[in-house]
Amino acid sequence: MLILGIDTSCDDTSVALLRDGKEILSNIVSSQVDLHAIFGGVVPEIASRKHLEFIDIIAKEALRQGKADYRDLDAVSVTAGPGLIGSVLIGLCFAKGLACSLQKPLIGINHIEAHAMSIFLERDVDFPFLALVVSGGHTIILRVDEPCRYSVLGTTKDDAAGEAFDKIAKYLAIGYPGGKIIEEYSRKGRKDHVMFPRPMMDDNTCDFSFSGLKTAFINYAKGHGIDEGNMADVLASFQEAVIDVLFQKTLRAARKTGILRVVAGGGVASNGRLREVFQERGGKEGLAVMFSSPQFCTDNGAMVALLGHYYLRRGIVSPLDVKGFSRMTPPGLIKC
Amino acid sequence: MERIEYISKGPSETWDVGERIGKEARRGDLYAIYGELGTGKTQLVKGIARGIGIKDWLYVTSPSFTIMNIYEGDLTLCHIDLYRIEGYDVEGLNIEEYLEEGVVAVEWAERNTWWNGAIKVYIDAISEGERRITITRT
Repeated sequence: MLILGIDTSCDDTSVALLRDGKEILSNIVSSQVDLHAIFGGVVPEIASRKHLEFIDIIAKEALRQGKADYRDLDAVSVTAGPGLIGSVLIGLCFAKGLACSLQKPLIGINHIEAHAMSIFLERDVDFPFLALVVSGGHTIILRVDEPCRYSVLGTTKDDAAGEAFDKIAKYLAIGYPGGKIIEEYSRKGRKDHVMFPRPMMDDNTCDFSFSGLKTAFINYAKGHGIDEGNMADVLASFQEAVIDVLFQKTLRAARKTGILRVVAGGGVASNGRLREVFQERGGKEGLAVMFSSPQFCTDNGAMVALLGHYYLRRGIVSPLDVKGFSRMTPPGLIKC
Repeated sequence: MERIEYISKGPSETWDVGERIGKEARRGDLYAIYGELGTGKTQLVKGIARGIGIKDWLYVTSPSFTIMNIYEGDLTLCHIDLYRIEGYDVEGLNIEEYLEEGVVAVEWAERNTWWNGAIKVYIDAISEGERRITITRT
């Protein structure tokens, strides 16, 4: 079974070709392609317009690398949300057109659920498990009971964890992507230099809040000043606070549900210190923590194709008028 | 020109100010929100959401990454953040379309110029925990 997976939920246009739910024949992400060469040095700035110009090129490249033709496809899987709606719709409409013309099933999937299931691209995990999806746009804990059945246990109430990293890095003018740069500084710094707050630790929910931590950082910077001398120590302390909250909330979710298997995905799950904390402290608490490889932590078409594979196998496909959506339904409001 | 000023001593007071704004909000209102990092722009929009009857207002999150989030209440709330998109062509976001359905709130409004009817909201940090919120309507 050959499935094309398409993701245009944020900045990257990603298309992948997946065979039988396991074999990745190609996985093309626009940020990794030399677009300057394709566009003669001028890359369009607007995300949705960019997707519109890239989608056809990236899809053809995915087929070329996968040595397949559109006619070989058995289904088209695509992110229907959450994401920037204008961008989501480009991928969704492209997929609808493709499915319609090929007379093949269309599967509109949830991007967060795809992150949660992306581990299956590399290994199998027993159900049920918890999934922490943590990136620039999302910080969310899912409970996955079986393929295609999940519920939201917790989510951020303001900023995503990756967003907190990026904003602090930009505030200090130390570059982009913030998470990676802060991680590099932190390796040389003392984690206990500043005791930053751990927001919402005592509220007994699995929800997150990072905006107060961001404000605490800015207050510290204004009050004490940050220079090359204390930069590594202050950033290491900040990173530790973010990771500590991510871990404690995940642990709480595990205790509440009794589910000790945890998978972590999303861009921030590539952070080395996060992996260390989850392995070490998680191990002591009896958690079995599994991480996707960095290439599958960031947005990618392969995880979309994979989730499409699971839905198709259960006979669940989308109507051609499936709607795109911008945001995830928060905990308590979801019906599973 | 009408000018109202509030002092907020924390996030929950900023929600209250936002709620007042939301209760008076009308279809077609555009709130351009100005303020430095960490002053509570998203918190204010949470309050606006509560004021216009959005049930899950507590889960109004920062759209810095996704750029735009849509919430359905008595009016539709379109929550935009221009933080990541300096030099972005704001026309691509179809703001007019959302103004027809409800209210639009824009964080990092300084990244674009707005028309005369836009309601401007400035949030200034006057100390670590205190914010001055100034609303001006022309």
